[in-house]
Amino acid sequence: MGKILLIFRHEFLHTVKRTGFIILTLALPLLALLAIGVFHLVSGIAKPPTEVTRIGYVDEVGGFDQFTTQESITLVRFDTPEAATQSLIKKDIKEYLVIPSDFISTGIINRYTIQKEVTPPTATTAVIKNFLSSNLLSGKVSADTIARVEAPLNLITITLTSTGAVASEQGGLTNLIIPGIFSLLLALSLSFSSAYVLQSLGEEKENRLMEILLSSVSTRQLTIGKVLGIGTAGLAQVVVWTISIPFLLNLASSSIGGFISTIQLPTYFLVLGVAYFILGYLLFAVLSAGVAAISTTVREGQGLASILTLFAAAPFWFFSLLLAFPNSPVWVVFSIFPFSAPVLVMLRLGVAGVPGWQLAVSIAVLVLSIVGGLLLVAKLLRTYILMYGKRPSLGEIFRNLMIG
Amino acid sequence: MPAVEVNHIIKSYADKVVVNDLAFSVNQGEIFGLIGPNGAGKTTTIRMLMDIIKPDSGDVTILGEKLTEASKNKLGYMPEERGLYRKLSVIDSIIYLASLKGMDRHEAEEKADELLNQTGMLASKRRKIEELSKGMGQIIQFIITIIHDPELVILDEPFGSLDPVNIELLKSMFLDLRNQGKAIILSTHQMNQVEELCDRILMIDNGHSVLYGNLTEIKSRYRSHSVILDFEGELAQIQGVTLKRAHKGYVELVLDRNTTPKQVLEQLVSSGVVVNRFEVATPSLNEIFLEVAGKNYG
Repeated sequence: MGKILLIFRHEFLHTVKRTGFIILTLALPLLALLAIGVFHLVSGIAKPPTEVTRIGYVDEVGGFDQFTTQESITLVRFDTPEAATQSLIKKDIKEYLVIPSDFISTGIINRYTIQKEVTPPTATTAVIKNFLSSNLLSGKVSADTIARVEAPLNLITITLTSTGAVASEQGGLTNLIIPGIFSLLLALSLSFSSAYVLQSLGEEKENRLMEILLSSVSTRQLTIGKVLGIGTAGLAQVVVWTISIPFLLNLASSSIGGFISTIQLPTYFLVLGVAYFILGYLLFAVLSAGVAAISTTVREGQGLASILTLFAAAPFWFFSLLLAFPNSPVWVVFSIFPFSAPVLVMLRLGVAGVPGWQLAVSIAVLVLSIVGGLLLVAKLLRTYILMYGKRPSLGEIFRNLMIG
Repeated sequence: MPAVEVNHIIKSYADKVVVNDLAFSVNQGEIFGLIGPNGAGKTTTIRMLMDIIKPDSGDVTILGEKLTEASKNKLGYMPEERGLYRKLSVIDSIIYLASLKGMDRHEAEEKADELLNQTGMLASKRRKIEELSKGMGQIIQFIITIIHDPELVILDEPFGSLDPVNIELLKSMFLDLRNQGKAIILSTHQMNQVEELCDRILMIDNGHSVLYGNLTEIKSRYRSHSVILDFEGELAQIQGVTLKRAHKGYVELVLDRNTTPKQVLEQLVSSGVVVNRFEVATPSLNEIFLEVAGKNYG
């Protein structure tokens, strides 16, 4: 145990002193601060103008002469497109519309502007729609009905429990934010921490230090000390990020939206977050140790290990599908598949929740994978950690694992 | 109690038997040479002694017991493939690796200062390993090997990157360790170093033991029944000499089975030849190895 602690201490200190580790730990909170700052700056510059914007229009149908003031936009009528064009050139108006005589049958409106745009501004489109619908319905229905036609839906969803009571967690975007951020941090941390294990073992192999170490400690002590030492450094990194989240959210909610301050973090989420971090890290770290054992150089090992980390990040590739079909059986399978489970389960907790039995099976499979991985990797380490210069073939590795 | 006792160990990789039925012992207070050409099985044998790899059969006893994690602290090992943490300082590297041998930090630093001073490396104490020359790195590795005062020291090709001055320094430190009663296993293919330092040897070739025992006895066993003569004057016919081989500065006289070197010397003195050097010719370890290995390959 004493030697494991010595290796643990050495690896922890060695990892937290790495320039790359320090930069990464500080980079995420700093990037978030930068993003909030940029948002402040952009939203400050792009604040809706207080002065009135004038938009011209030519009415070839007739009857579009009411509701010409909408929010900060005033619609100015012209008799001909030529007159509107002259006014646009003189910058009396910002743009103008032509409501053609067949508008009622086609719905087509021609918009003329001298500004280059990707799409028309949302606010302008909304104003034009309201102007058209209000004039079309004016005198035929009540003002309230006109208002409803303009904004027909304000959907409020209330989630009930199986007993019919109102559920304590109502889901929605606010509930997705923390699991989303946490999953991203988890995927990053799993990738980086397991990369540190690979780099550390790979360097000791490449620098020919391994044999000196193994004359003092066993492969078991070396692997446990290293995995735990580097894992603790990874956990410290996640803690720094997690501590910075409330501070950043407070900062963000003051500008981005008050809803962020309403986010609540259930205790079970924190418990599962820590559990999945530890299990996910152990699985990836153990497999990284195996990759280091069979690789001749750190660079070669990193190439092989990147295949593993692709699995950790894979749930993000299918995030839009997860949002669209949160209850698909595919997610159940990948929540149990040990490589994708840590990140996917965290994401699903935010999207639609995960039934207890799936959590139990997912954790059990992860634990079994770690134990099985440890046994296989111990064999790989014993066989290949002192083999230099030539990477064994897959067939050779398989044969050696079978022989034991 | 022997420092090392090896009983008929065998190790195979895939279809190749790398170490085949080796049995030997190493006594305390001796320098034991483990010799053989590259690929003979020396490093595999040492890794089995260190319990880094397990033999397929046979067993190894170190200092009277099977090697355990605790008894690893009584061993010092400098492998052939060696390196250090390139980004760590000399003193931090020594302290960390000494702590894995059971030393506390304070004790390790004191002893490190002493050894760095003895080897002329004290000025490099705070330098990073990557700033050292290969030879300096090798001295640091030797310090790491012996800092914890081990009972058994195993050195695999210890002279690799060293200049003649440092080779002499290391040799004198080996002899000091032997005089303190430590057992030293010196694995090398440099036969001249073995002849100079070792008390007993095991020569292996293709995983087999081909020579084992006291170095002087082995050399005497392989002597060619000839004498070396450096003389002045006219060399007359000598009874019992079957062949004269002229070399630069001396002549080798090959004797028949019934003639002793003493009888030849008496004849030379009585013939009036001035004898500057007269010695029984013993083959070098290299020549013995070539003869033994040649038989195996022949």
